Amino acid sequence: MATDTLAHTDQHDSKSAWDGGERPFKASYGKLMMWYFLLSDAFTFSGFLIAYGALRFSMPSWPIPDKVFSSLPFDIHNKPLYFVTFMTFVLLFSSFTMVRAVQEGQRENKKGVVNWMILTVIGGLAFLSCQAWEWNTLIAKEHASVTTNPFGTHVDSGVYLDAKGNPSDEVFNPGDTYLIHKITTHAHGAAHSDDHHGSGHSADDHGKEDAAHSHGAAHYEGAGDYPDAYVDERGFIHRKYKVLNSETLDPGAVVHEPFGPKAFGALFFFITGFHGFHVLSGVIFLIIILVNVATGLYVERKNGYEMVEKIGLYWHFVDLVWIFVFLVFYLL
Amino acid sequence: MGHHSYEDSVKLVTKTILLLGAITLFEVIFALYGKGYIIEGQELPLVVVGGVMIALSLVKAYYVVYEFMHMKYEVPGLVKSVLLPTLLLVWAIVAFFWEGMDWKKRRSLIQDKNTGRYEAQAPQGHLMFDSETKEL
Repeated sequence: MATDTLAHTDQHDSKSAWDGGERPFKASYGKLMMWYFLLSDAFTFSGFLIAYGALRFSMPSWPIPDKVFSSLPFDIHNKPLYFVTFMTFVLLFSSFTMVRAVQEGQRENKKGVVNWMILTVIGGLAFLSCQAWEWNTLIAKEHASVTTNPFGTHVDSGVYLDAKGNPSDEVFNPGDTYLIHKITTHAHGAAHSDDHHGSGHSADDHGKEDAAHSHGAAHYEGAGDYPDAYVDERGFIHRKYKVLNSETLDPGAVVHEPFGPKAFGALFFFITGFHGFHVLSGVIFLIIILVNVATGLYVERKNGYEMVEKIGLYWHFVDLVWIFVFLVFYLL
Repeated sequence: MGHHSYEDSVKLVTKTILLLGAITLFEVIFALYGKGYIIEGQELPLVVVGGVMIALSLVKAYYVVYEFMHMKYEVPGLVKSVLLPTLLLVWAIVAFFWEGMDWKKRRSLIQDKNTGRYEAQAPQGHLMFDSETKEL
């Protein structure tokens, strides 16, 4: 026993993990610190996503993501989750090309590293382009912003009013999501009949958005109170409806659609923006390291392209965060 | 690194990416099915849909961290020092979601009081001051 201890101490004195020259976790300093940076970053993202959950739970209603994110390029609408699934696959695939670059680096194959890293950069740029398109649709076409959320969800059941102020045949139930449109000032001459007024404004009918827009412009002359809607100073058309069944309002009361929970826009733009910023900085670092690989800087180091491994860790983390952003914002 | 040959590890990550893609595809189809988009009127309870989504996302996270980020091949000390702190998040999630639900309760209570729907019960055994007669 005593000799055991002695022997152990001897060994400890001569060469311990703290004396340098040895890697306690069998990982280099740089990789270890990258792990701890990612851990702290994970807490930042978790803080944001938990805030989203807490605020969502605190509201009586929340816009249904399938209705909010249902547009595709080339004017295709009403396709829930299609576009964001495509974005997820883009990021997943760039994660795969990254891991291939790391593997080529481990066997000191410079050309392989360069090729797979170029594909990774392309994947990152493709993802950022998709996000830019998604943001543009939300901000420019649907008029969402950090402080304004035109996507609401009904908590009551009711029936929309027609142009004369009488109940129409368009009934909605609790949980139905709507989009508050904005009047467009340039489409004044459009002479649309009231035919498709009924379904024009609800988020379910993105396809008729253009018709609804021009119709809205023909029908509403700026801010004011109309038989079927209230148009606020900023031109948002809040449709009026007659309450059928409600926990807070009396049946028969005529009210107009309120804006959706304000926090939704702020949370969406901050969290996806923060993630997009990570992707952007990842792409920048990927390009820097790609140039270093291509110019042969890491060939001399002969350490299995460790820098590629480090940026790889960061890049996979960005993908990991997206798994949860995708879950929280789009799937749930 | 790892204990595999180059060919084996290429095969392994190819398998992993295909698995991740398949899970993602299944998640989306299941979410759309559960919310009644695929078959009209066919819906599943939100708890089931949400539970499956969360479980599958954790599976995806496992594969990204353990295969792509090579966590599987690190020494136990490194794995623990990175993964154990994330357990703190479990409590953060429970606490803040609980808080969120409480905010909702308070808000609807205030709304009820403002609209006069909340009928306060007079506390039992409490002396009431009559403002007309200025007597208790």
